[in-house]
This record gives sequence, C-alpha cells and structure tokens, in this order.
Amino acid sequence: MITIKNLHKSYITGSNSLHVLKGLSLQINEGEMVSIMGASGSGKSTLLNVLGILDNYDEGEYFLNGMFIKDINETKAAQLRNKTIGFVFQSFNLISFKNAMENVALPLYYQGVSRRKRNAVAMEYLERVGLKDWWSHLPSEMSGGQKQRIAIARALISKPKVILADEPTGALDSVTSMEVMDLLQEINDEGITIIIVTHEHDIALRTQRSIKLKDGIIECIIEHEPVYKTASSF
Amino acid sequence: MFDIDKWQEILSTINKNRMRTFLTGFSVAWGIFMLIVLLGSGKGLQNGINQQFRQDAVNTIWFGPGTTSKTYEGLKAGREIRFTNEDYEFVRDRMRGVDKISGRYYMWQNRVISYRRDYGVFDLICVHPDFINIENAEMIQGRYINNIDIKKCRKIAVIGLPVRRALFKDSTKVIGEYIKVNNIPFMVVGVFTDKNERDMNRVYLPITTTQMISGAANTIHNLSITSTLSAEESEKFEKELRAAFAERHKFDKEDLNAMWIYNTLKEYKMFTNLFLGIQIFVSIIGAFTIIAGIVGVSNIMIIVVNERTKEIGIRKAIGATPSSIVGMILLEAVFITGIAGYIGLIAGIGVLELVSSVVPANPFFVNPEVDFKIAMISTLVLIVAGSLAGLMPSLRASRIRPVVALRDE
Repeated sequence: MITIKNLHKSYITGSNSLHVLKGLSLQINEGEMVSIMGASGSGKSTLLNVLGILDNYDEGEYFLNGMFIKDINETKAAQLRNKTIGFVFQSFNLISFKNAMENVALPLYYQGVSRRKRNAVAMEYLERVGLKDWWSHLPSEMSGGQKQRIAIARALISKPKVILADEPTGALDSVTSMEVMDLLQEINDEGITIIIVTHEHDIALRTQRSIKLKDGIIECIIEHEPVYKTASSF
Repeated sequence: MFDIDKWQEILSTINKNRMRTFLTGFSVAWGIFMLIVLLGSGKGLQNGINQQFRQDAVNTIWFGPGTTSKTYEGLKAGREIRFTNEDYEFVRDRMRGVDKISGRYYMWQNRVISYRRDYGVFDLICVHPDFINIENAEMIQGRYINNIDIKKCRKIAVIGLPVRRALFKDSTKVIGEYIKVNNIPFMVVGVFTDKNERDMNRVYLPITTTQMISGAANTIHNLSITSTLSAEESEKFEKELRAAFAERHKFDKEDLNAMWIYNTLKEYKMFTNLFLGIQIFVSIIGAFTIIAGIVGVSNIMIIVVNERTKEIGIRKAIGATPSSIVGMILLEAVFITGIAGYIGLIAGIGVLELVSSVVPANPFFVNPEVDFKIAMISTLVLIVAGSLAGLMPSLRASRIRPVVALRDE
C-alpha cells in the first residue's frame, strides 16, 4: 500500500536548514495497522505529513497505492487526499460552525455529491460510530471522545484506502482512548490500512507493528502479538 | 458559477458567522450610504441654485441712472443723470444683442389697492410689455400689458395670484373689474403667477400711464433687458452700453457712479463656478468615501481569511482544491458586498427622500436626488473592489499548506 525509499526532508527556517527525515525506507502492506513512535523531534509528524501528501519531500521515492507521489500539484494532491486518505488529528479539526452531520459529510461535498445524498451517507457513518442522535450538535457541544469519533466518521466517509491518525488519543482520557482504538481496530478489520502516530505504548501495543523513529531514521521495528485488550478490560 | 450546492455551502457559512458577515456588510453598506447621501445633497444644492435662477431670466441686464462723481467737459460732479423714454427707444433700436426690453417707473410703491370692500398692500410695478419675459412670469388669466396700453396710456392692471385671492376671494369674475389704486380705478386685464413667491404680490401697470398720472412725462427709473449674448459678449456689451449712455448723458465713461449696471449673467456664471467647485468637492469626497469603503472591505477580508486559516486547512486536508477555496471566499465576498451595497443604496435613497419630504422648503436645497447611473456604478465599483479585496487573501489562503494551517498553537 505504502512504499517509501530513502526519503529525505529538510525544513528551511531563515538561514538554517533543519534536516528532519534522513533517508527513511519503509513498506506498509494493505490492511496493516501500524504505529509510528518516537520522541518529539524524531520526525514522526513530518513523515505522516509526507505520507498524507500534506507536505512535499526533497529526495527519495514515495508510492501510495502503487502511484508515485512527488511534486504533484495542489489540485491533484487535494483529489488524492480526498479519495484515498482519511485523516484523524489529535485536536480533531472539526469545523466549529458546522454540526456533526455536516462535518462528516464535508469530504463528499468536495466529491460533488449532492447535499441530500451526502447527508444521508453521513448519517450512516454517524450511526456506525454510535453518534446518530448527536447529528445536529456543534463540535463545541460534544466531548473529546465524541469529537474524535465524528472525525473518524469524516475520515471514513470517502472510503479511503489509508487512514492516517496523528496522535488520535492525545487529547483523550484512557477509557475514551481505548474506545477510539476499538473503533480504529474495527475499521482495520474491514481491510483499511491504518497508520497511527503516537507516543503512548498502550496505543502502540494495539497495532501490529511499531516503527520507532529517532533523529529522522528508523531506529527499530517491533512486531506485536495480536493483543485484544479492549476498553471493557479497563 | 451557479451551483446550488456551492451556494448552500456559502449561505450556511454566512448564516453561521453572522457577526463577521455583519461587519463586512456594514462597511460596504455604510460606504454606499454615505456616497448616495453626499451625491444627493450635492445635487440638491445644484437644483436649488438652478431654481433660484430659473425664476428670473438668467441673461438679464438691469441698469439705471446714478449721480456723476467726476467732472466731464465742464460739467461738475454730483449731477444726477435722468433716463427717459428716448433712452428706452435707443437701447431697443440701436444696441445689438437686445432681445426683450422694458423700462420701469417707480410710483406709489406699497400702496393700498382696493376692490369694493376688500383691500391689501401690494407692490406697484410700472413697466413695458416685455417685462413679463424678464421676470419669467406666466399668465393664468387674461393678458399682460400690451403695446396699445403703452401707446394709449390705458388705466389697466395685471395682478398676481395672491392679489386676486386677497381682493376677489373666490369670485371668478376678475377680468374687466375695476380695482382702485390710490383712488384711481384701473381695469384688471390679467392674472399672473411667478415661480418666485416674492414677485407674486405685485400689480403691474403700463409705464406710460403712471408717467402721465404723476406728471413725470418721460422719466424712466431703470431699464432691464434680456440679451442673446454669451457671458463674454455680455461683458463687452456692458462696456458698449456704458459708453453709449456716457455720450448721450454727457458723463465720463469711466465714471461708474453715473450709471449702475447689474448683469445676472455674470452672477449666474459666478454661481455656476461656485457650483462647479461644490461638485468637484463632492466628487473628491465621494471618491475618498469609496476608497475608505474599499480599504474597510479589504481589511475585513484579510482578517476573515486569517480567522479561517484553520478551517481552510481542514477543508484542504479532506480534499478541497485550491480553486474551490478561492471560489468559496470570493463568492462569499461578492455575495455579502452585493447585498450590503444594495441595502446601502436603498437606505441612502430612503434618507434623501425622507429629507426632501420632511425638511421644510428651502430655496437653496431642492430635490436632493441621485443620478441612478452614478449610484449603480459606485455600488458596482465597491462590489468589485470588495471581491478583489477578497481575492488577494483567498489566493494566499489557497496556497497555505494544510500542514501549516492545522498546526496546533
């Protein structure tokens, strides 16, 4: 699903150049659930941004779903993100003035799906994350866990191949974190590749592999036994 | 362009961000409102001045005798000049560019005029037939003084509408009735109106009749003409007139006290210049108002886009193309400025209407109105400017990398 070879990325800030990714190579298969771990500054968020085509890279190769991604224009990148990638962020990134249903439906708006249809589909996904009755609520009226589930529903609605989650449980308590992980697990069970950036071991343990980054290179890759530690066990 | 879904998205965004919408809209509406009120007031001033001059013919020259202040060919200073009927005939027949001409004889000003038991005090004006054109009076009944009245020194009178109301009440029988002026009966031959109210409380009498009655023979107190000349020519005419009369009445043509001349064309020109000044002033202020509006709209658009950076980042992350971002912000700007501009336009016109209906009649402020074309153009300019003002930040916003926009503060 995702293949990167010898990836380099630097940020130029003023006269300084910060070399963040220093030749990463990685293979993630379809249907895998992988976590990326590392201390802050290790380059894990940068890697996720490159994987999500939110950011460019300087050197190397990146194949997403068999497609070579490099220096593609914004419009093409937007379309690719819309069709193949679902994002889940630590701070949820819901649009504050839109209600739950409208937030979930938004990716379909950019696919040109009619309002009536996309709202109907959004309701299906809201039901799936257990928030059907909350469809008319604004993000400010919901708890962190609810907001994250709304964000996950939004990530799923365009039927992506990959879900990229940047610290999806970073702003949640441990019970809610596990609920969110249960949900991601379910999604993964349906065959969608999931990549989670996290620094929490609990979360990493629930993925099949942990990729540890340090100073812009892969320090080690740890394979996990399938653990079925769910929210109910807490 | 017209995509219902897009508009629904924009309308729901507008609806859910009412404060922002109000602020953007208000600056546009205010700009247009001020502009309309300003232009309308300028126009009202112009209308007022025009109407002031429309009451009398604008190309009138009044002149009359004075007292010499310089010695001339052995004649001492301080001599009174006297105009006569010959002067009237001379100007009528010999001077070029004279259209209408009338002499005027002053007698019994503000005399009691009576009809049976009713009476009132009115101005008596003793003139030639052409005076109707000089005053721009209009007959509504009967006729004005004619040449036969002048020749035969007939005792006839032409009365103003208020005079008829005062003396005849509602009676329709006015023409042919006799009114008494200083106990001398005069037959009413006509009733007139004048746009200038002040000039309506008048009774016109043939000049020769009053000359005869007062025993003044052929004295004329002043002459008035309308001319067919332009403003420049009329200045030359003034010089010629003064020279001709200096020769006829033997005074120094440099002696300005010997004869007075009042040229309304000069006055009119002065007012037209004044008005031109006002118009330029109003236009400059109008232009600055528009600029202020543009700056206001631009500022708010920049703030709005900054405020929406995160939202734009989210939209881009989930698949919004740069062009859809530009389109969204631009359409919203056009929509808000369009509606607000229209509201400002209507409010401005409303205020002008209100002012002209509530404020009492003022001779220098008549019918404040605004040129529809100018109003539309300025509204369009502001809408286009508002959109352009939205375009710059929205282009910038569309280039924001989502990763930057989504960064947690």
